[in-house]
Amino acid sequence: MTTTTWERFKDSSFYWSFRRDKVAVASLAVLCVFVAASLLAPLIAPYNPYDPTQIDLMDSEMPPVWIAEGDGRFLLGTDGQGRDLLSTILYGTRISLTIGICAVILQAILGVSIGLVAGYRGGRLDNFLMRVADIQLSFSTLMVAIIVLAVFQGLFGTELYERLAILMLILVIGIAEWPQYARTVRASVLAEKKKEYVDAVRVIGLGPMRIMFRHILPNTLSPLLVISTLQIANAIVTEAALSFLGLGMPVTKPSLGSLINSGFEFILSGVWWITIIPGVVLIILVLVMNLLGDFMRDVLNPKLYKE
Amino acid sequence: MPLLEVKNLEVKFAMRRGDLTALRDVSFSIDKGERLGIVGESGAGKSVTAYSILNLISKPGYISGGQILFQGKDLSKLSPEEMRAIRGDGISMIFQDPMMTLNPVLTIGTQMVEVLHAHREMSDQQARAIAIEKLVQVHIPSAATRFEQYPHELSGGMRQRIVIATALLTDPLLIIADEPTTALDVTIQAEIIELLLELCESSDVGLILITHDLGVVSQVTQRVLVMYAGRIVEEGLTHGIIRNPRHPYTQGLIGALPQQTVPGGRLNQIRGVMPSLANTPSGCAFHPRCPHVTDICESVVPEYSIFDRSRVACHWVKDQLGDVSEQKINETPAP
Repeated sequence: MTTTTWERFKDSSFYWSFRRDKVAVASLAVLCVFVAASLLAPLIAPYNPYDPTQIDLMDSEMPPVWIAEGDGRFLLGTDGQGRDLLSTILYGTRISLTIGICAVILQAILGVSIGLVAGYRGGRLDNFLMRVADIQLSFSTLMVAIIVLAVFQGLFGTELYERLAILMLILVIGIAEWPQYARTVRASVLAEKKKEYVDAVRVIGLGPMRIMFRHILPNTLSPLLVISTLQIANAIVTEAALSFLGLGMPVTKPSLGSLINSGFEFILSGVWWITIIPGVVLIILVLVMNLLGDFMRDVLNPKLYKE
Repeated sequence: MPLLEVKNLEVKFAMRRGDLTALRDVSFSIDKGERLGIVGESGAGKSVTAYSILNLISKPGYISGGQILFQGKDLSKLSPEEMRAIRGDGISMIFQDPMMTLNPVLTIGTQMVEVLHAHREMSDQQARAIAIEKLVQVHIPSAATRFEQYPHELSGGMRQRIVIATALLTDPLLIIADEPTTALDVTIQAEIIELLLELCESSDVGLILITHDLGVVSQVTQRVLVMYAGRIVEEGLTHGIIRNPRHPYTQGLIGALPQQTVPGGRLNQIRGVMPSLANTPSGCAFHPRCPHVTDICESVVPEYSIFDRSRVACHWVKDQLGDVSEQKINETPAP
């Protein structure tokens, strides 16, 4: 009689809609490939781009194999420092995804807690927190990030920055974007807390923390799931933009964005692959996430039922 | 000492144009194992009374006066933590709509075990055993399976049974049921009422039953309060009030029952509507609708006339009583 969670999931209308939506299936497949490739990067990458002994400057700016001058050793060619582009992209995707996911987890923790408290408590606290969120939103993420990262680099030097780059990017992107979560959660909480089950659990004698996190939060999960996918894509783009501006990941540990940036200076001399190939990878990664987010929004919102 | 004693309770709602009084001078008490009904039209203050007992009135409402003594402790003066310890443990509440009172994303079992964990130190297995035992007690078939299910997998009657089982988990001394059968269909209503009665009798739990169904009241309760516009207008033994209502409003309510009319005839009704809180009439709040209205009703709030085991707030009843005692007619109203 007891059914496992997986069996329940397979019976659900969510899974059914997913199976019928070819775009969503394809997007998830592509995303899985990306995630697997980046997780397994040390195993499948032909070279280790972080290991200076494997890099030979003489190999720099080699085109991909399908071009006449290409070298069989480097499938997608090499970058300006002679690193194998395929390996660098695999490692770079790994960094981009790590930053994206961790930054979003940070956003979610901050935003969900603040949104829950604001919505559940209401009154002045709600007003205060939401005005803080408004102020935060009126600064663009990129601007905040540029200021913070530039000041950090200026104060503590590039060397320390290079060591802490991943952490700094996660912190900056995470803190700059929490209002998105806070607003979404607060809106759902306002609707949920008027429902009778909340009165019922108050009558049972549960404390406010338990009511907020255990009873109200699970009922607000569907919009959170949707914005989470979109926010990961956003965070990856933000990180790429910062790296492109030279404020993100250092060239020694390139993310997709810094890779695009490092190739940019050669692009006019016909060395297009260092910029274009990581660019395409970035676009595909962000696109599939957005497509998955759209799919979830359509399925999880009962007002948008499609025929 | 009565289990619960409410003394001169007054509840107000703070509005921009000044406070509205939702309850005025509400006093009643209930003993251990006693079943008390509160009846009245919508807006009479029945639910506000129930919510204020558990100190659950949400803003802008607040308790502006009076005492709510539960086992001698004044609930309106407890800290939030102390209040939480009483909610769900000493006093449980059952709400109107079982579709709404169970959290849709958690299983029945999770929600029941949670109550036990909130009030008792025990392991998951112990909590589960108690929860299933209570489910069996409210006649839920294959309780162990239901324990794992989500609320949407169950019917309305089943859910209300589960809500009742949840209310019983901690063996409370008092259950407040706020229109527990209104959202159910008639056959299920009868089952649920029977179940409530059975459970209260077998485990000696006090019950405050809020309803506008006089049939349910006469079936379940021993005593009844009739409320009108935030005030108790009549209180007494249930069978006494049903058979011999004294207050014109109670008379009107009982006269309005379909059973009281000739089949095919027009149903009786009390003319007019319940006044809103913002413009409660002066004097006796019922006077604009009362068939026996006199000048005094418009200006003076009636005092309670105390009878043997009942009381009525009505000038007309008092006058009659005066006549009775003066003229020594043998028609003293039955207690």
